Amino acid sequence: MKIPIKYILRNFKSRKLTTMITVSGIALVVFVFAAVLMMAYGIQSTLIATGSIDNVKIVRKAANGEISSIIDGETQNVVRSLPHIAVTTEGKQIISNEPVVIINLDKPDGAMGNITVRGVSPLSNYLRPQLKIKEGRMFKFGVRELIVGSSISKRFVGAKIGDIVKFAGDDWKLVGIFSADGSGFESEILGDALQLLGAFNRGNTVSTITLKLDDAKNFDTFKRAFDADRRLQQFEVKTERDYFEEQSELMATFIRVLGIFVTVIFSFGATIGAMITMYSAVANRTVEVGTFRALGFSRRSILAAFLTESILISLFGGLLGILLASLLSFFSISTLNFGSFSELEFSFSTSPSIIISSLVFALTMGIIGGFLPAVRAARMNIVNALRAG
Amino acid sequence: MSLIIQIENLSKSYWRDSMEIPVLHNLNLEVERGGFLSLMGPSGSGKTTLLNLIAGIDRPSSGKVIVNDSDISKMGESALAKWRAINIGFVFQFYNLIPVLTAYENVELPLILTKLSRKERKKHVETALSIVGLEDRMHHSPRQLSGGQEQRVAIARAIVADPLILVADEPTGDLDKNSADEILTLMKRLNSEFDKTIIIVTHDPHAARIAKIVHQLDKGELIIK
Repeated sequence: MKIPIKYILRNFKSRKLTTMITVSGIALVVFVFAAVLMMAYGIQSTLIATGSIDNVKIVRKAANGEISSIIDGETQNVVRSLPHIAVTTEGKQIISNEPVVIINLDKPDGAMGNITVRGVSPLSNYLRPQLKIKEGRMFKFGVRELIVGSSISKRFVGAKIGDIVKFAGDDWKLVGIFSADGSGFESEILGDALQLLGAFNRGNTVSTITLKLDDAKNFDTFKRAFDADRRLQQFEVKTERDYFEEQSELMATFIRVLGIFVTVIFSFGATIGAMITMYSAVANRTVEVGTFRALGFSRRSILAAFLTESILISLFGGLLGILLASLLSFFSISTLNFGSFSELEFSFSTSPSIIISSLVFALTMGIIGGFLPAVRAARMNIVNALRAG
Repeated sequence: MSLIIQIENLSKSYWRDSMEIPVLHNLNLEVERGGFLSLMGPSGSGKTTLLNLIAGIDRPSSGKVIVNDSDISKMGESALAKWRAINIGFVFQFYNLIPVLTAYENVELPLILTKLSRKERKKHVETALSIVGLEDRMHHSPRQLSGGQEQRVAIARAIVADPLILVADEPTGDLDKNSADEILTLMKRLNSEFDKTIIIVTHDPHAARIAKIVHQLDKGELIIK
């Protein structure tokens, strides 16, 4: 482009209001676009962080979530015979047979939320070392006691230390609040697996089995042994991380598709706004275009100048939108996780690919919005353009 | 003296809807290198159209426009733009300075199309502005200059790339008498001292008198005086 960039930049200054309105319009659309992607990514990050790569999760095939999975006691014993299960220094296999149920708790606004209650075995601390008691103490095994995730404690009524939670016809005392590095466990309540099985009359039938491998590299060998055992044909095995990642996929995809659909509709408005701004810029500068052309600047230079102007407007809008969206990462929200049908708290998270996608989205609006006005400017008849003054 | 402009059987018509409006009829004209030609005539006589055709910003309907041995009527759009940048300096009635650029930056514009370095461009711009007596106003924006000063900046822009021909369409049409006289004196100097071929279109007989040759146009036909 031969036309100096300062010509383009100073023209922004000379029509501040229209430039600012167009930049704001694009910023708003990019904000929504980036926020949607950050939301989907936040859900995925939270759930992926929930799983560990050396933990293995066993569920019933075709079970949509942990609550719809059933594993009987015989299967639990078969699993114990598989190779590469990590053991404690005392030689105990690190396995947690976990019943998972959903209970209701009240929100401060009077609404009700579904909460996952997970029963764990005494060795589960080997599986989830990220769980730390923040307040109170760990529940005692053999007693109707629970510990509650910090996110649940914060957002629900009656989820503080000392509160009594009623379910399965019994009273359960909350004795501690735990954190789990911002993972999905912070949106759960944990208790003794045997107590939960007893309260719900489930015998020894659990929802899932989580076990630790002696080495994450041995997963394929473990899986081969699992798949080769005919008694385990109705079950499937995944790394815990893969399992939770798949659990996040449905919801993240739903948010992404819906959000992008809405944003694309918004973007038509912003693109038309950019187009109107650029048509007005061309109309106001017809004589200048004629002068540039008379001086020897080519049609291509005129096209490039106006297109660059539109691209710069969209770039400013895009950067502003991303900046505003990045402020959302200071907030966390809670929603129903489609995978578990229970509450999940997550933060808006950004990533380089979200920033790049948002910028590409903004630049696309600028290119589409600026192209036709730039073509009009480039195709102007010089004599007519000079007469426009 | 050799010829710098040869116009042969030049005709130009405009179309408005389906109606043809003839502007120039079968016009022939020759201008010598270093000449100073003034085109006069009533409104609608075709003088600006003739100037535009010589400057290569308009296309003839028929005939030839040969400038410095090049038939510009046969040039493509891109080649013609390059040709204008090298050969033609424009002076417009309303100066046509770019309002967001300073005097210096306006004068520099034609040089951006050349291969000159920034340092060389600076030297050329300063020389051009000193010729028009505005070297002390180079960082002023057009709105900080008077009409006469703006037109002098426009003349500096027209000569900065050292073109063969200066074309001026009513260069004094928007100026008071004193400023107009300054511009005419400057143009005369450019012709006599710098040997520029100048063609001006004007309604003003006083302005026309500074030219060596005055041609009258009437209803698209040339009346040579």
